[in-house]
Amino acid sequence: MPDWIIILIKSAILLLVVVTTFAYSMLAERKVLGWMQLRPGPNRVGPWGLMQPAADAAKLILKEDLTPRTADPLIYRLAPFISLLTAFSVYAIIPFGASSAGTWAIGNVNAGILFLLAITSIGVYGITLGGWASGSKYPLLGSVRATAQMISYELGMSLSFIGVLILAGTTSLDGIVNAQAKWWFVVPQFIGFIVYIITAVAETNRVPFDLVEAETELVAGFHTEYSGLRFGLFFIAEYVNMLTVSCIASLLFLGGWNAPFGLDNLHVPGVIWFIIKVGFFMFFYMWLRATLPRFRYDRLMAFGWKFLLPLATLNLVVTAIIVAYMGH
Amino acid sequence: MRKQLYNVGAILKGLSITFKFMFAKRPTIEYPSIKKQHAPRFHGLHELRRYADGKERCIGCELCSSACPANAITVIGAENSPENRKSPGERHAARYEIDELRCIFCGMCEEACPTDAIVLTPRFEMSDYRRGALIYSKDRLLVPPEAGVGTAPDERPNGIPADLGRVAEVKSTVDVDEGYNATNRGQVLKVQRKGLAILKRDD
Repeated sequence: MPDWIIILIKSAILLLVVVTTFAYSMLAERKVLGWMQLRPGPNRVGPWGLMQPAADAAKLILKEDLTPRTADPLIYRLAPFISLLTAFSVYAIIPFGASSAGTWAIGNVNAGILFLLAITSIGVYGITLGGWASGSKYPLLGSVRATAQMISYELGMSLSFIGVLILAGTTSLDGIVNAQAKWWFVVPQFIGFIVYIITAVAETNRVPFDLVEAETELVAGFHTEYSGLRFGLFFIAEYVNMLTVSCIASLLFLGGWNAPFGLDNLHVPGVIWFIIKVGFFMFFYMWLRATLPRFRYDRLMAFGWKFLLPLATLNLVVTAIIVAYMGH
Repeated sequence: MRKQLYNVGAILKGLSITFKFMFAKRPTIEYPSIKKQHAPRFHGLHELRRYADGKERCIGCELCSSACPANAITVIGAENSPENRKSPGERHAARYEIDELRCIFCGMCEEACPTDAIVLTPRFEMSDYRRGALIYSKDRLLVPPEAGVGTAPDERPNGIPADLGRVAEVKSTVDVDEGYNATNRGQVLKVQRKGLAILKRDD
Protein backbone atom coordinates (compact mmCIF):
# COMPACT_ATOMS: atom_id res chain seq x y z
CA MET A 1 0.00 0.00 0.00
CA PRO A 2 1.29 3.45 -0.74
CA ASP A 3 2.24 5.54 2.26
CA TRP A 4 -0.47 8.14 1.82
CA ILE A 5 -3.25 5.55 2.08
CA ILE A 6 -1.78 4.21 5.33
CA ILE A 7 -1.53 7.72 6.71
CA LEU A 8 -5.10 8.46 5.65
CA ILE A 9 -6.38 5.32 7.39
CA LYS A 10 -4.36 6.12 10.50
CA SER A 11 -5.71 9.67 10.55
CA ALA A 12 -9.29 8.45 10.22
CA ILE A 13 -8.84 5.97 13.07
CA LEU A 14 -7.13 8.58 15.22
CA LEU A 15 -9.85 11.13 14.57
CA LEU A 16 -12.45 8.60 15.60
CA VAL A 17 -10.51 7.66 18.73
CA VAL A 18 -9.91 11.26 19.76
CA VAL A 19 -13.53 12.30 19.22
CA THR A 20 -14.80 9.28 21.16
CA THR A 21 -12.33 10.01 23.93
CA PHE A 22 -13.56 13.59 23.98
CA ALA A 23 -17.17 12.45 24.29
CA TYR A 24 -16.47 10.05 27.12
CA SER A 25 -14.03 12.27 28.96
CA MET A 26 -16.80 14.84 29.03
CA LEU A 27 -19.13 12.25 30.53
CA ALA A 28 -16.37 11.12 32.90
CA GLU A 29 -15.79 14.68 34.01
CA ARG A 30 -19.46 15.17 34.81
CA LYS A 31 -19.52 11.85 36.65
CA VAL A 32 -16.37 12.57 38.66
CA LEU A 33 -17.53 16.10 39.46
CA GLY A 34 -20.85 14.66 40.54
CA TRP A 35 -19.30 12.04 42.80
CA MET A 36 -17.01 14.57 44.40
CA GLN A 37 -20.02 16.79 45.08
CA LEU A 38 -22.06 13.87 46.44
CA ARG A 39 -24.25 13.67 43.33
CA PRO A 40 -24.68 10.64 41.06
CA GLY A 41 -23.83 12.52 37.87
CA PRO A 42 -25.63 11.93 34.55
CA ASN A 43 -27.28 8.51 34.64
CA ARG A 44 -30.57 8.87 32.79
CA VAL A 45 -29.56 8.31 29.15
CA GLY A 46 -28.66 4.67 28.65
CA PRO A 47 -27.01 2.45 31.26
CA TRP A 48 -24.87 4.54 33.64
CA GLY A 49 -25.55 7.52 31.39
CA LEU A 50 -23.32 6.08 28.66
CA MET A 51 -25.46 7.55 25.89
CA GLN A 52 -25.24 11.04 27.38
CA PRO A 53 -22.61 12.27 24.86
CA ALA A 54 -24.92 11.27 21.98
CA ALA A 55 -27.80 13.15 23.58
CA ASP A 56 -25.60 16.22 24.13
CA ALA A 57 -24.40 16.12 20.53
CA ALA A 58 -27.95 15.84 19.22
CA LYS A 59 -28.96 18.80 21.37
CA LEU A 60 -26.08 20.98 20.19
CA ILE A 61 -26.66 20.13 16.53
CA LEU A 62 -30.35 20.99 16.76
CA LYS A 63 -29.78 24.37 18.41
CA GLU A 64 -29.96 27.57 16.42
CA ASP A 65 -26.64 28.92 15.17
CA LEU A 66 -26.75 32.59 16.09
CA THR A 67 -24.50 35.34 14.79
CA PRO A 68 -24.81 38.67 16.60
CA ARG A 69 -25.49 41.70 14.40
CA THR A 70 -22.35 43.42 15.68
CA ALA A 71 -20.13 40.43 14.94
CA ASP A 72 -17.58 40.19 12.16
CA PRO A 73 -19.32 37.36 10.30
CA LEU A 74 -16.36 35.71 8.58
CA ILE A 75 -13.97 35.63 11.54
CA TYR A 76 -16.79 34.85 13.96
CA ARG A 77 -17.62 31.74 11.96
CA LEU A 78 -13.99 30.82 11.33
CA ALA A 79 -12.73 31.03 14.93
CA PRO A 80 -14.14 27.71 16.25
CA PHE A 81 -12.54 25.91 13.31
CA ILE A 82 -9.13 27.42 14.08
CA SER A 83 -9.41 26.13 17.65
CA LEU A 84 -10.53 22.70 16.53
CA LEU A 85 -8.01 22.37 13.71
CA THR A 86 -5.02 23.21 15.89
CA ALA A 87 -6.33 20.96 18.66
CA PHE A 88 -6.54 18.00 16.29
CA SER A 89 -3.42 18.60 14.22
CA VAL A 90 -1.17 17.99 17.23
CA TYR A 91 -2.13 14.34 17.05
CA ALA A 92 -0.26 14.03 13.76
CA ILE A 93 2.99 13.62 15.70
CA ILE A 94 2.00 12.09 19.02
CA PRO A 95 3.27 8.50 19.26
CA PHE A 96 0.98 6.19 21.22
CA GLY A 97 3.33 3.25 21.49
CA ALA A 98 6.83 2.04 20.75
CA SER A 99 7.09 2.71 17.04
CA SER A 100 10.04 0.89 15.60
CA ALA A 101 8.46 1.11 12.16
CA GLY A 102 6.35 4.18 12.90
CA THR A 103 3.26 2.06 13.51
CA TRP A 104 1.86 3.97 16.49
CA ALA A 105 2.14 7.51 15.16
CA ILE A 106 0.98 9.19 11.99
CA GLY A 107 4.19 11.11 11.45
CA ASN A 108 7.52 10.73 13.23
CA VAL A 109 8.86 14.28 13.19
CA ASN A 110 12.39 14.65 14.50
CA ALA A 111 11.62 18.17 15.75
CA GLY A 112 8.46 16.88 17.45
CA ILE A 113 8.42 19.26 20.40
CA LEU A 114 9.01 22.33 18.28
CA PHE A 115 6.13 21.33 15.99
CA LEU A 116 3.99 20.79 19.04
CA LEU A 117 4.77 24.21 20.52
CA ALA A 118 4.22 25.86 17.17
CA ILE A 119 0.81 24.26 16.67
CA THR A 120 -0.48 24.76 20.22
CA SER A 121 0.43 28.44 20.15
CA ILE A 122 -1.81 28.90 17.11
CA GLY A 123 -4.66 27.54 19.22
CA VAL A 124 -4.93 30.83 21.10
CA TYR A 125 -5.98 32.53 17.85
CA GLY A 126 -9.25 30.63 17.83
CA ILE A 127 -10.16 31.95 21.27
CA THR A 128 -8.82 35.47 20.71
CA LEU A 129 -10.44 35.95 17.32
CA GLY A 130 -13.68 34.31 18.46
CA GLY A 131 -13.97 36.71 21.37
CA TRP A 132 -12.92 39.73 19.36
CA ALA A 133 -15.20 38.98 16.40
CA SER A 134 -18.26 38.50 18.61
CA GLY A 135 -18.53 42.28 18.85
CA SER A 136 -19.64 42.41 22.46
CA LYS A 137 -17.89 43.27 25.68
CA TYR A 138 -17.72 40.04 27.67
CA PRO A 139 -16.26 37.94 24.86
CA LEU A 140 -13.72 40.69 24.20
CA LEU A 141 -12.63 40.76 27.84
CA GLY A 142 -12.44 36.98 27.81
CA SER A 143 -10.29 36.89 24.71
CA VAL A 144 -7.97 39.62 26.02
CA ARG A 145 -7.48 37.56 29.13
CA ALA A 146 -6.92 34.45 27.05
CA THR A 147 -4.18 36.10 25.06
CA ALA A 148 -2.39 37.48 28.12
CA GLN A 149 -2.72 34.25 30.05
CA MET A 150 -1.63 31.97 27.26
CA ILE A 151 1.41 34.09 26.36
CA SER A 152 2.48 34.26 30.01
CA TYR A 153 2.12 30.56 30.66
CA GLU A 154 3.49 29.43 27.30
CA LEU A 155 6.90 30.71 28.45
CA GLY A 156 6.98 28.63 31.61
CA MET A 157 5.76 25.64 29.64
CA SER A 158 8.45 25.94 26.98
CA LEU A 159 11.15 26.31 29.63
CA SER A 160 9.94 23.19 31.40
CA PHE A 161 10.22 21.36 28.05
CA ILE A 162 13.82 22.47 27.58
CA GLY A 163 14.92 20.72 30.78
CA VAL A 164 13.60 17.49 29.31
CA LEU A 165 15.24 18.21 25.96
CA ILE A 166 18.63 18.70 27.63
CA LEU A 167 18.33 15.39 29.44
CA ALA A 168 17.11 13.47 26.39
CA GLY A 169 19.39 15.18 23.90
CA THR A 170 16.74 15.05 21.19
CA THR A 171 13.58 16.90 20.19
CA SER A 172 11.84 13.87 18.73
CA LEU A 173 9.08 12.53 20.96
CA ASP A 174 10.11 8.96 20.18
CA GLY A 175 13.65 9.70 21.25
CA ILE A 176 12.51 11.40 24.46
CA VAL A 177 10.43 8.41 25.49
CA ASN A 178 13.25 5.99 24.66
CA ALA A 179 15.61 8.09 26.79
CA GLN A 180 13.29 7.42 29.75
CA ALA A 181 13.63 3.64 29.59
CA LYS A 182 15.65 3.66 32.84
CA TRP A 183 14.49 6.77 34.68
CA TRP A 184 11.31 8.64 34.00
CA PHE A 185 12.04 12.33 33.66
CA VAL A 186 9.59 13.09 36.44
CA VAL A 187 12.38 12.16 38.87
CA PRO A 188 15.29 14.31 37.64
CA GLN A 189 12.93 16.99 36.30
CA PHE A 190 10.50 17.11 39.20
CA ILE A 191 10.39 20.92 39.26
CA GLY A 192 9.95 20.96 35.51
CA PHE A 193 7.12 18.47 35.89
CA ILE A 194 5.34 20.63 38.46
CA VAL A 195 5.77 23.73 36.30
CA TYR A 196 4.48 21.84 33.28
CA ILE A 197 1.39 20.55 35.09
CA ILE A 198 0.47 24.02 36.30
CA THR A 199 1.09 25.74 32.99
CA ALA A 200 -0.72 22.99 31.12
CA VAL A 201 -3.86 23.65 33.16
CA ALA A 202 -3.49 27.35 32.41
CA GLU A 203 -2.85 26.73 28.70
CA THR A 204 -6.06 24.76 28.35
CA ASN A 205 -8.02 27.41 30.30
CA ARG A 206 -9.27 24.99 32.89
CA VAL A 207 -10.13 25.51 36.54
CA PRO A 208 -8.42 27.09 38.51
CA PHE A 209 -7.11 29.11 35.56
CA ASP A 210 -10.39 29.43 33.66
CA LEU A 211 -10.42 33.22 33.70
CA VAL A 212 -11.11 33.15 29.99
CA GLU A 213 -14.64 31.97 30.63
CA ALA A 214 -15.10 33.05 34.24
CA GLU A 215 -18.87 32.74 34.67
CA THR A 216 -18.99 34.98 37.71
CA GLU A 217 -17.46 37.93 35.88
CA LEU A 218 -17.74 37.37 32.14
CA VAL A 219 -20.97 35.40 31.63
CA ALA A 220 -19.23 32.74 29.53
CA GLY A 221 -16.13 34.59 28.42
CA PHE A 222 -15.01 34.27 24.83
CA HIS A 223 -17.85 31.96 23.80
CA THR A 224 -20.69 34.00 25.29
CA GLU A 225 -22.20 34.71 21.86
CA TYR A 226 -21.64 31.26 20.42
CA SER A 227 -24.42 28.72 20.30
CA GLY A 228 -25.20 25.37 18.79
CA LEU A 229 -22.54 23.48 16.93
CA ARG A 230 -20.03 26.35 16.91
CA PHE A 231 -20.07 26.39 20.69
CA GLY A 232 -19.72 22.61 20.49
CA LEU A 233 -16.56 23.01 18.40
CA PHE A 234 -14.97 25.21 21.07
CA PHE A 235 -16.00 22.64 23.61
CA ILE A 236 -14.43 19.81 21.64
CA ALA A 237 -11.26 21.88 21.20
CA GLU A 238 -11.03 22.45 24.97
CA TYR A 239 -11.29 18.75 25.78
CA VAL A 240 -9.00 17.70 22.95
CA ASN A 241 -6.45 20.20 24.26
CA MET A 242 -6.80 18.64 27.71
CA LEU A 243 -6.12 15.28 26.13
CA THR A 244 -3.15 16.70 24.25
CA VAL A 245 -1.43 18.13 27.29
CA SER A 246 -2.13 14.88 29.17
CA CYS A 247 -0.45 12.97 26.33
CA ILE A 248 2.53 15.34 26.38
CA ALA A 249 2.85 15.04 30.15
CA SER A 250 2.90 11.26 29.83
CA LEU A 251 5.41 11.34 26.98
CA LEU A 252 7.82 13.88 28.43
CA PHE A 253 7.71 13.10 32.14
CA LEU A 254 6.07 9.74 32.80
CA GLY A 255 7.94 7.64 30.28
CA GLY A 256 5.21 7.38 27.63
CA TRP A 257 4.59 3.73 26.85
CA ASN A 258 7.34 2.42 29.15
CA ALA A 259 6.03 0.12 31.87
CA PRO A 260 6.21 1.57 35.38
CA PHE A 261 8.10 0.11 38.37
CA GLY A 262 9.88 -2.58 36.36
CA LEU A 263 6.65 -4.26 35.30
CA ASP A 264 8.19 -5.00 31.88
CA ASN A 265 7.81 -8.75 32.28
CA LEU A 266 4.00 -8.46 32.36
CA HIS A 267 4.13 -7.98 28.57
CA VAL A 268 1.30 -5.46 28.60
CA PRO A 269 1.28 -3.58 25.29
CA GLY A 270 2.90 -0.17 25.64
CA VAL A 271 -0.17 1.61 24.39
CA ILE A 272 -2.12 0.37 27.44
CA TRP A 273 0.41 1.94 29.80
CA PHE A 274 0.20 5.11 27.77
CA ILE A 275 -3.60 5.18 28.03
CA ILE A 276 -3.43 4.60 31.78
CA LYS A 277 -1.02 7.49 32.22
CA VAL A 278 -3.08 9.83 30.04
CA GLY A 279 -6.19 8.75 31.93
CA PHE A 280 -4.51 9.63 35.20
CA PHE A 281 -3.81 13.17 33.99
CA MET A 282 -7.35 13.55 32.68
CA PHE A 283 -8.64 12.48 36.07
CA PHE A 284 -6.29 14.95 37.72
CA TYR A 285 -7.86 17.74 35.66
CA MET A 286 -11.33 16.81 36.84
CA TRP A 287 -10.09 16.43 40.38
CA LEU A 288 -8.63 19.94 40.29
CA ARG A 289 -11.88 21.29 38.88
CA ALA A 290 -13.83 19.77 41.75
CA THR A 291 -11.43 21.19 44.32
CA LEU A 292 -10.00 24.59 43.51
CA PRO A 293 -11.63 27.99 43.16
CA ARG A 294 -10.67 30.37 40.36
CA PHE A 295 -7.57 32.59 40.52
CA ARG A 296 -7.87 36.35 40.67
CA TYR A 297 -6.61 37.86 37.45
CA ASP A 298 -3.69 39.88 38.89
CA ARG A 299 -2.59 36.92 40.98
CA LEU A 300 -2.69 34.71 37.93
CA MET A 301 -0.31 37.06 36.14
CA ALA A 302 1.94 37.47 39.19
CA PHE A 303 2.05 33.72 39.68
CA GLY A 304 2.97 33.11 36.06
CA TRP A 305 5.64 35.78 35.71
CA LYS A 306 7.07 36.03 39.23
CA PHE A 307 6.96 32.43 40.33
CA LEU A 308 6.63 29.88 37.53
CA LEU A 309 8.93 31.58 35.03
CA PRO A 310 11.86 32.07 37.50
CA LEU A 311 11.33 28.56 38.83
CA ALA A 312 11.41 27.06 35.34
CA THR A 313 14.49 29.12 34.47
CA LEU A 314 16.28 28.01 37.64
CA ASN A 315 15.40 24.41 36.88
CA LEU A 316 16.72 24.81 33.35
CA VAL A 317 20.01 26.38 34.48
CA VAL A 318 20.62 23.75 37.15
CA THR A 319 19.83 20.93 34.72
CA ALA A 320 22.10 22.44 32.09
CA ILE A 321 25.01 22.80 34.56
CA ILE A 322 24.61 19.24 35.84
CA VAL A 323 24.40 17.78 32.35
CA ALA A 324 27.38 19.84 31.20
CA TYR A 325 29.58 18.56 34.05
CA MET A 326 28.34 15.00 34.33
CA GLY A 327 27.16 14.11 30.84
CA HIS A 328 23.81 12.44 30.19
CA MET B 1 8.30 30.79 52.08
CA ARG B 2 6.38 29.31 54.99
CA LYS B 3 3.23 30.89 53.67
CA GLN B 4 3.80 29.33 50.24
CA LEU B 5 4.33 25.93 51.81
CA TYR B 6 1.17 26.42 53.81
CA ASN B 7 -0.70 27.17 50.59
CA VAL B 8 0.58 24.00 48.95
CA GLY B 9 -0.52 22.07 52.01
CA ALA B 10 -3.96 23.66 51.78
CA ILE B 11 -4.31 22.62 48.13
CA LEU B 12 -3.25 19.06 48.94
CA LYS B 13 -5.72 18.94 51.81
CA GLY B 14 -8.48 20.16 49.52
CA LEU B 15 -7.59 17.51 46.96
CA SER B 16 -7.68 14.80 49.61
CA ILE B 17 -11.11 15.94 50.79
CA THR B 18 -12.62 15.87 47.30
CA PHE B 19 -11.03 12.48 46.68
CA LYS B 20 -12.56 11.07 49.83
CA PHE B 21 -15.95 12.46 48.90
CA MET B 22 -15.79 10.61 45.58
CA PHE B 23 -16.32 7.36 47.47
CA ALA B 24 -18.71 8.69 50.09
CA LYS B 25 -22.29 7.53 50.20
CA ARG B 26 -24.43 9.84 48.11
CA PRO B 27 -27.71 10.97 49.63
CA THR B 28 -29.48 11.26 46.28
CA ILE B 29 -32.76 9.39 45.94
CA GLU B 30 -33.33 8.95 42.21
CA TYR B 31 -36.83 10.27 42.38
CA PRO B 32 -39.00 9.09 39.53
CA SER B 33 -37.84 5.49 39.88
CA ILE B 34 -37.33 5.47 43.64
CA LYS B 35 -39.41 7.47 46.09
CA LYS B 36 -38.54 8.79 49.47
CA GLN B 37 -40.32 7.29 52.39
CA HIS B 38 -42.13 9.90 54.39
CA ALA B 39 -44.08 10.27 57.56
CA PRO B 40 -47.36 8.37 57.80
CA ARG B 41 -49.38 11.56 58.13
CA PHE B 42 -47.82 13.27 55.14
CA HIS B 43 -50.23 15.85 53.71
CA GLY B 44 -50.92 14.95 50.10
CA LEU B 45 -53.93 14.52 47.86
CA HIS B 46 -57.31 14.42 49.61
CA GLU B 47 -59.58 11.44 49.85
CA LEU B 48 -63.23 11.10 50.89
CA ARG B 49 -63.73 8.01 52.99
CA ARG B 50 -66.65 5.62 53.35
CA TYR B 51 -68.12 3.55 56.14
CA ALA B 52 -67.71 -0.20 56.14
CA ASP B 53 -71.19 -0.61 54.63
CA GLY B 54 -70.20 1.49 51.63
CA LYS B 55 -72.02 4.69 52.69
CA GLU B 56 -70.20 7.96 52.34
CA ARG B 57 -68.89 9.49 55.54
CA CYS B 58 -69.38 13.04 54.27
CA ILE B 59 -72.59 14.61 55.55
CA GLY B 60 -72.28 17.80 53.53
CA CYS B 61 -71.86 20.05 56.60
CA GLU B 62 -69.36 22.37 54.86
CA LEU B 63 -67.17 22.65 57.97
CA CYS B 64 -64.11 21.76 55.86
CA SER B 65 -65.02 24.46 53.41
CA SER B 66 -65.24 27.11 56.11
CA ALA B 67 -62.09 25.86 57.84
CA CYS B 68 -60.10 26.04 54.62
CA PRO B 69 -57.70 29.00 54.78
CA ALA B 70 -57.19 28.95 51.02
CA ASN B 71 -60.86 28.72 50.06
CA ALA B 72 -60.08 25.64 48.03
CA ILE B 73 -63.07 23.53 49.01
CA THR B 74 -66.58 23.83 47.61
CA VAL B 75 -69.29 21.68 49.17
CA ILE B 76 -72.93 21.70 48.11
CA GLY B 77 -74.99 19.57 50.42
CA ALA B 78 -78.29 17.85 49.68
CA GLU B 79 -80.90 15.95 51.67
CA ASN B 80 -80.77 12.16 51.69
CA SER B 81 -83.95 10.57 50.45
CA PRO B 82 -85.10 7.37 52.20
CA GLU B 83 -84.92 5.28 49.00
CA ASN B 84 -81.41 6.54 48.06
CA ARG B 85 -79.33 7.02 51.20
CA LYS B 86 -75.82 8.14 50.36
CA SER B 87 -74.67 8.77 53.91
CA PRO B 88 -75.92 7.65 57.32
CA GLY B 89 -76.94 11.17 58.33
CA GLU B 90 -79.71 13.40 57.00
CA ARG B 91 -77.57 15.12 54.43
CA HIS B 92 -74.79 14.21 52.00
CA ALA B 93 -72.50 16.14 49.68
CA ALA B 94 -74.14 16.50 46.29
CA ARG B 95 -70.99 18.17 45.01
CA TYR B 96 -67.62 18.16 46.65
CA GLU B 97 -64.78 19.91 44.84
CA ILE B 98 -61.24 20.72 45.89
CA ASP B 99 -59.08 23.00 43.84
CA GLU B 100 -55.69 21.36 44.38
CA LEU B 101 -53.95 24.37 42.89
CA ARG B 102 -55.30 26.58 45.67
CA CYS B 103 -54.88 24.00 48.39
CA ILE B 104 -51.95 24.60 50.73
CA PHE B 105 -52.12 21.08 52.20
CA CYS B 106 -52.44 22.36 55.75
CA GLY B 107 -54.85 19.64 56.83
CA MET B 108 -57.38 21.97 58.45
CA CYS B 109 -60.20 20.26 56.55
CA GLU B 110 -59.14 16.97 58.04
CA GLU B 111 -59.24 18.47 61.52
CA ALA B 112 -62.55 20.20 60.99
CA CYS B 113 -64.37 17.15 59.68
CA PRO B 114 -66.73 15.77 62.33
CA THR B 115 -67.02 12.36 60.64
CA ASP B 116 -63.38 11.93 59.52
CA ALA B 117 -64.63 11.88 55.95
CA ILE B 118 -62.01 14.09 54.33
CA VAL B 119 -58.43 12.95 54.89
CA LEU B 120 -55.10 13.81 53.31
CA THR B 121 -53.41 10.80 51.75
CA PRO B 122 -49.68 10.47 51.15
CA ARG B 123 -50.20 10.72 47.38
CA PHE B 124 -48.27 13.66 46.03
CA GLU B 125 -47.91 13.08 42.28
CA MET B 126 -50.78 15.03 40.77
CA SER B 127 -49.14 17.42 38.33
CA ASP B 128 -50.95 18.01 35.09
CA TYR B 129 -50.66 20.21 32.03
CA ARG B 130 -54.25 21.44 32.36
CA ARG B 131 -55.40 23.69 35.17
CA GLY B 132 -58.89 22.27 35.02
CA ALA B 133 -57.62 18.78 35.70
CA LEU B 134 -56.47 19.88 39.13
CA ILE B 135 -59.97 20.62 40.33
CA TYR B 136 -60.82 17.31 41.93
CA SER B 137 -64.47 16.51 42.32
CA LYS B 138 -66.19 13.61 44.01
CA ASP B 139 -65.53 11.20 41.16
CA ARG B 140 -61.83 11.30 41.96
CA LEU B 141 -61.90 12.17 45.66
CA LEU B 142 -64.27 9.48 46.90
CA VAL B 143 -62.73 6.11 47.59
CA PRO B 144 -64.25 3.73 45.03
CA PRO B 145 -66.39 1.07 46.77
CA GLU B 146 -64.17 -1.77 45.52
CA ALA B 147 -61.09 -0.07 47.04
CA GLY B 148 -62.35 -0.31 50.60
CA VAL B 149 -63.16 2.52 52.92
CA GLY B 150 -59.94 4.53 52.97
CA THR B 151 -57.58 4.74 55.90
CA ALA B 152 -57.62 7.31 58.63
CA PRO B 153 -54.31 9.14 58.74
CA ASP B 154 -53.56 8.00 62.25
CA GLU B 155 -54.05 4.35 61.29
CA ARG B 156 -51.87 4.56 58.26
CA PRO B 157 -48.60 2.60 58.18
CA ASN B 158 -45.31 4.31 57.56
CA GLY B 159 -44.46 4.86 53.90
CA ILE B 160 -46.16 5.76 50.66
CA PRO B 161 -48.94 4.01 48.72
CA ALA B 162 -47.75 0.90 46.95
CA ASP B 163 -49.06 2.00 43.57
CA LEU B 164 -46.77 5.02 43.57
CA GLY B 165 -43.72 2.82 43.01
CA ARG B 166 -40.48 1.73 44.61
CA VAL B 167 -39.61 3.24 47.96
CA ALA B 168 -36.05 4.14 48.84
CA GLU B 169 -34.52 1.66 51.22
CA VAL B 170 -33.88 4.15 53.98
CA LYS B 171 -34.34 3.17 57.55
CA SER B 172 -37.72 4.39 58.66
CA THR B 173 -37.15 6.95 61.34
CA VAL B 174 -40.76 7.51 62.28
CA ASP B 175 -42.45 5.12 64.59
CA VAL B 176 -46.16 5.60 64.04
CA ASP B 177 -47.24 5.69 67.66
CA GLU B 178 -44.27 7.74 68.75
CA GLY B 179 -45.02 10.16 65.96
CA TYR B 180 -48.49 10.76 67.30
CA ASN B 181 -47.45 11.16 70.87
CA ALA B 182 -44.82 13.67 69.85
CA THR B 183 -47.25 16.38 68.79
CA ASN B 184 -50.17 18.01 70.48
CA ARG B 185 -52.26 17.54 67.38
CA GLY B 186 -51.43 13.87 67.39
CA GLN B 187 -52.64 13.55 70.96
CA VAL B 188 -55.85 15.34 70.09
CA LEU B 189 -56.41 13.08 67.11
CA LYS B 190 -55.84 10.05 69.28
CA VAL B 191 -58.58 11.15 71.61
CA GLN B 192 -60.83 11.87 68.66
CA ARG B 193 -60.13 8.44 67.29
CA LYS B 194 -61.33 6.91 70.51
CA GLY B 195 -64.49 8.98 70.18
CA LEU B 196 -64.95 7.83 66.62
CA ALA B 197 -64.61 4.22 67.63
CA ILE B 198 -67.66 4.66 69.82
CA LEU B 199 -69.42 6.39 66.95
CA LYS B 200 -68.65 3.47 64.67
CA ARG B 201 -70.22 1.06 67.12
CA ASP B 202 -73.36 3.16 67.07
CA ASP B 203 -73.79 2.80 63.31
